[in-house]
Amino acid sequence: MSTTTVTNPAPADGAPAGTTRTRRPRRRGENSLAVTLTSHGVLTVASLIALFPIAWLVYLSLGPDKDDYLHPEDILGKMTLDNYTFVLQHTPFFDWLKSTLVVSLGTTAIGVLVAATTGYAVSRMRFPGYRKFMWVLLVTQMFPVAVLMVPMYEILGELQLIDNYFGLILVYCSTAVPYCAWLLKGYFDTIPFEIDEAGRVDGLSPFGTFFRLILPLAKPGLAVAAFYSFITAFGEVAFASTFMLSDTKYTFAVGLQSFVSEHDAQRNLMAATAVLVAIPVSAFFYLVQKNLVTGLTAGGTKG
Amino acid sequence: MTVVIDRATGKRRGDRAPRPGPLQRLKHAYQKYWYAYAMTAPVVVVLGVLVLYPLVRGVYLTFTDATSLNSARTIGANHIDATYEFIGLDNYADILWGPTAYDRFWSHFIWTIVWTALCVLLHYAIGLGLALLLNQKLRGRTLYRLILVLPWAVPTFVTVFGWRFMLADAGVINSVLDAVHLPSPLWLEDTFWQRFAAIMVNTWCGVPFMMVSLLGGLQSIDGVLYEAAEMDGASAWQRFRHVALPGLRSVSSTVVLLGIIWTFNQFAIIFLLFGNTAPDAQILVTWAYQLGFGQQPRDYAQSAAYGVLLLSILIVFTSVYRRWLARDEQQLAS
Repeated sequence: MSTTTVTNPAPADGAPAGTTRTRRPRRRGENSLAVTLTSHGVLTVASLIALFPIAWLVYLSLGPDKDDYLHPEDILGKMTLDNYTFVLQHTPFFDWLKSTLVVSLGTTAIGVLVAATTGYAVSRMRFPGYRKFMWVLLVTQMFPVAVLMVPMYEILGELQLIDNYFGLILVYCSTAVPYCAWLLKGYFDTIPFEIDEAGRVDGLSPFGTFFRLILPLAKPGLAVAAFYSFITAFGEVAFASTFMLSDTKYTFAVGLQSFVSEHDAQRNLMAATAVLVAIPVSAFFYLVQKNLVTGLTAGGTKG
Repeated sequence: MTVVIDRATGKRRGDRAPRPGPLQRLKHAYQKYWYAYAMTAPVVVVLGVLVLYPLVRGVYLTFTDATSLNSARTIGANHIDATYEFIGLDNYADILWGPTAYDRFWSHFIWTIVWTALCVLLHYAIGLGLALLLNQKLRGRTLYRLILVLPWAVPTFVTVFGWRFMLADAGVINSVLDAVHLPSPLWLEDTFWQRFAAIMVNTWCGVPFMMVSLLGGLQSIDGVLYEAAEMDGASAWQRFRHVALPGLRSVSSTVVLLGIIWTFNQFAIIFLLFGNTAPDAQILVTWAYQLGFGQQPRDYAQSAAYGVLLLSILIVFTSVYRRWLARDEQQLAS
C-alpha cells in the first residue's frame, strides 16, 4: 500500500479514451480503496467475534425455559423479561450485590489510601533499598493464587475471618496494594519533577509537596488505580469461591456459579443475572476507559 | 559510578566521601531518607502482614503432611488441634519425581507452558494487528474500538458463562458446525478440544488489553518518523518493521511480561469453564487449587508446594527476562 503516488497525467487505466480524468493525488495517511475495504472487513469480523458471545448471552437471557439454550430458535417466539423479574425478586441478587460492593469498595479504598504515598516515594526518591523494594512490588503481583490460598485459609480460619467480608478484603489487599503502588508510581513519574522542585524552593517539606501539589495533580492516576483494584476485586473467583461459605455473602462471581449445581441448572436465570451484573460494570468501564489507557501509558503534563 | 540526583530534594547521591562507621551510616541514612521510609512504611507493613507472613507459613506447610484431616479445625463446639508433622522435602520430591509424577505434575507443567506460549502469542499477534488497523484514518474507528474493547469491559466470570452456553454439546457453535457439515467436537469433554476451547476463550478475553496498550504505543510514535521513512522510500512493511516495531519496544516488553504472568496464573477461565471435571485441561494453578480445595480430603501441603513451585518458576523467568531486556537495550545503545 505504497502511498507515494505520483499524479498520473495519462487517463486512468480502463477509462475510455478521451475522458481526461486525472486521479487526485492521494494524501499521506490516506489509503487506497482496497486497503480501506480490507481494514473495514477485518475490523467488522473482529467486532462481530468480540460482540457475539455477549449478545448471545443477552439473547438467551430472554428465553423463559432453562433448556432454551439448546433450541435458541424457539426463543424468538416467546421472548420475555420474566427471568429478570424472577432474579430480582426471588434470588439473593441484592445480597450478592451488597457483598460484592462491600468487598470491592473496601479493597479499593484501602488499596489506594495505603499505596499513594509509597507510589510517590518510589517515583521521586532513590533511597537505599529502593531496587529491592521495587522488586518486591513486582514479585507480589505475580503471586499465583495457589501460593497464598492455603496459608491464608489457615490464618483466616484461626482469626474466625472465614466467611467474613473483612477477611476477603484483607486477602484482596495483598494484591491490590502492591499493584496500586506500582501503577501510581508510573503516574507520578509523568508529573514533571519541576513541580516538586518549585515546591521545595518555596519551602514545602516532602510531605507538603506530596499532599499540596502532587496529589491534586494525580487525580486521574488515583482514579485509574481505584478502578483497577475495584475491577480486580469484583471479578476475582478463586478466593471468593473458597472463603465465602454462606450464600447470602457470595460475591457475584460465586453467586453465578451457584445457579448450575449437580441437581439443577437454571441457565436462563444465570444468563439474566450475568447480564444484570455486566451492564453497570461495563458502562462504568467505558466511562473511565479513556483515563485508563492514558493512565497506563502516557499521562499528561498539564497543570 | 553514576550520580543520581534526588529530584524531590535536589540532593546528589553516589559521590559520597569515604564511608563512615556503620552506626553513623545508619544515622546518616535515617536523617537523609527518613521521609522516604515514612512514605513507604504503610505498604511495607501491609505487605509484611498480608504477604510475607502467609508466605512463610505456606512455605512451612510444604514441609509438613498437612491435609484437611489433620489440620486444626473446629467442629461444632469441639476444637481439634493440628496433628500434622514435619516431613522435610518429601512433598517436593514426591511432586517432581515420585511415582506417577508425570501425570500429576509434568503433564500439567508442559500444558501450562504450551498454554502460556500460545495464548500470549495469539494475544500479541491479534492485538498488534487490530491496533495497526485502528491506527489508520478510518471511518468508524471509534465505534470499532468501543466494540473491540467489550471482552475486556465485561467481567470474565460473566463472559465465560456465555462461552459455556455456546460450547455446550448442542450449543450454538456445534449447531453451526453441523449445519455446514463439519465435525462437531465435544468441546467440554474431550481433552484436546477442552484445551482448544480454553485457549480460544482466553484469547478472546485477552486481546483487547494488548490491542489498547499497543494502540497507545503506536499513537505515541512521532508521525515525523513515518514521514521521514516515507521520504526515504520505505515501503509500508519497512515502515512497520523499522519505525513502528522499534517504537513499540518498551510497551511491548511490558505487556508481554504482564501477559505471560497473567496467563500463567489464569485461574478464572479454566476453573469456570470446566470446574472439577477436566483433570487433563487443568493448568498448574487450577490443578493446585483442586488438590487443596477441590477434593476430599484436601491436600493442603501438596497444594502449597505447587504454589511455591509456581512462584519460583515465575520469579526465575522474570529475572531472566529482565536481564535479557537490559542486555538487549545496552546492545542497542552502544
